[in-house]
Amino acid sequence: MNPDPSSAPGGKTNTAALAVEHLSKSFGERVAFRDVSFEVGYGEVFGFLGPNGAGKTTTVRTLGTLIGPTSGSATVAGVPLTPENGVEIRRRIAIMPELPGLYLRLTVTENLECFAGLYESPDPRERIDAALGAVNLADRAGDPCGALSKGLRQRVALARALLGDPQVLFLDEPTSGLDPVAARDVHELIDELRQRGVTIFLTTHRLEEAERLCDRVAILNTTLRMIGRPDDLRDQLFAKTITARTLKPLPDPDGVFGGVAGVDGWHADGSGGYAIAVSDSTVAAPAITRALVDAGADVLSIGESRHSLEDVYLELIDEDAELQTGPG
Amino acid sequence: MSATRVRAIVLKELREYRRNGSIVATMAILPLIFLIEPLIQIFSLPAASAGTLLHKAPLLYMLGIPTLLPAALAAYSVVSERQQGTLEPVLTTPIRREEFLLGKALAVLAPGLALSYLVFGAAIASIALFAQSAVASAVLRAPELVAQLVFTPLLAGLSIWVGVAISARSNDTRVAQQLSVLGSLPAVVVTALIAFGVIRPTLGLALGLGAGLLFVDVQGWRFVSPMFDRERLITGTKS
Repeated sequence: MNPDPSSAPGGKTNTAALAVEHLSKSFGERVAFRDVSFEVGYGEVFGFLGPNGAGKTTTVRTLGTLIGPTSGSATVAGVPLTPENGVEIRRRIAIMPELPGLYLRLTVTENLECFAGLYESPDPRERIDAALGAVNLADRAGDPCGALSKGLRQRVALARALLGDPQVLFLDEPTSGLDPVAARDVHELIDELRQRGVTIFLTTHRLEEAERLCDRVAILNTTLRMIGRPDDLRDQLFAKTITARTLKPLPDPDGVFGGVAGVDGWHADGSGGYAIAVSDSTVAAPAITRALVDAGADVLSIGESRHSLEDVYLELIDEDAELQTGPG
Repeated sequence: MSATRVRAIVLKELREYRRNGSIVATMAILPLIFLIEPLIQIFSLPAASAGTLLHKAPLLYMLGIPTLLPAALAAYSVVSERQQGTLEPVLTTPIRREEFLLGKALAVLAPGLALSYLVFGAAIASIALFAQSAVASAVLRAPELVAQLVFTPLLAGLSIWVGVAISARSNDTRVAQQLSVLGSLPAVVVTALIAFGVIRPTLGLALGLGAGLLFVDVQGWRFVSPMFDRERLITGTKS
């Protein structure tokens, strides 16, 4: 990785790999994203989620100095986002766009040689070999990119993004079109890059991928809807729920659950099934178990019901859709 | 300005030319058109007609090669990257737009000059070997030969900048190619008028045209750079 990850021109130091403050971008009347603020630390894997047209790619392009913001400010890899700092910022970052954008008539190596030159790699041969090795493509180095499958092209694009030894790596749908094995390889590569201190800004529609890989996620829908660790987002949006299943339905569920500390409410979930809303599952779960046993119930199972990141995402996006539609 | 980045673009372009059938065809066919026409005329002239050539400079007609060929190639330069989706990855690297444009221009200049001089050399050799000796002496005059050598890179430079500028503002490769060739036509017309004796070539005219072309060639990237708008090229929307 490039040295001095926290040094900026002028000797200023920054602790965040990305610091975005009230950033907005409009194309004429059309707002791509508005008033977006967040920070991403060095070595963090940050998921950036949102529906199509939410402004994710435009945000990446803005932070990558491909387009200018309409308002707001940002610091990228320790460098303030200004037009005159474009080259310095692009020296410290890499962007892998959703479409690989390879020169199809050139071989894999020739594509990478071009980009090693653009990054002014001091040892291009070594960098190319390392990048090809990282994405398991060394045996296809001499193949024209036009002859590669979509998944292999995606891996070439990923290798290309690694050539510049970036401090911040923007990955736009990096596993799109990859088979499960290749996707797992990419996940492992992301983990490895994180361990090397590379900041990963991951745009993805695969919510299970974001949940598995990301330290924190942000959900964008023109404005930033939520940001935090996936667990925190779940806690913010959904009440914690304990699900219990008994052999026979309880004769008086209110009497069983009503007196348990930490239980906020309950509802039946099928025959002998109960979904119990709790404020703290670590306190409530043992108490509910005891209450069920004391009531003479035959308990088949009891456990915490976890909402997925997908539930969080859909809840937020549905809320936005309802707001846009309006009441009634 | 980074020579390494410019070289990376030039090398990539030359590799792409070699493997792009339509570019190879353009490089092969255009020079032939400009070679065959004057040669047919010159070879068909009897020795007695040599005097009629004294007020003409038929070889200058071949300056159409360094004018039109680079224009056609330069037309691909930006718009084809945009259409292939390769422009965005390139622009995410530290490359400056001036480096990108200079790399593109040099990659067109190299084959453009090589082919122009090659075809011109072939024409001279053919005339010296196969034309009537009186006709050959009337055609192969030192001032025209020097003019050909000097104006070939100057005209190529002008065409390249016109082609790159049009390519940077176009959304379609074919439209860019047509506009680029059209944009180079004034230079072709002037050289044709000189070649056929309509405009009398003088030293003053040559120096004036040469100085003007040199200025445009050297300063070309300054005119073309502002037309290369990253935001418009990436998003299709003006910044």
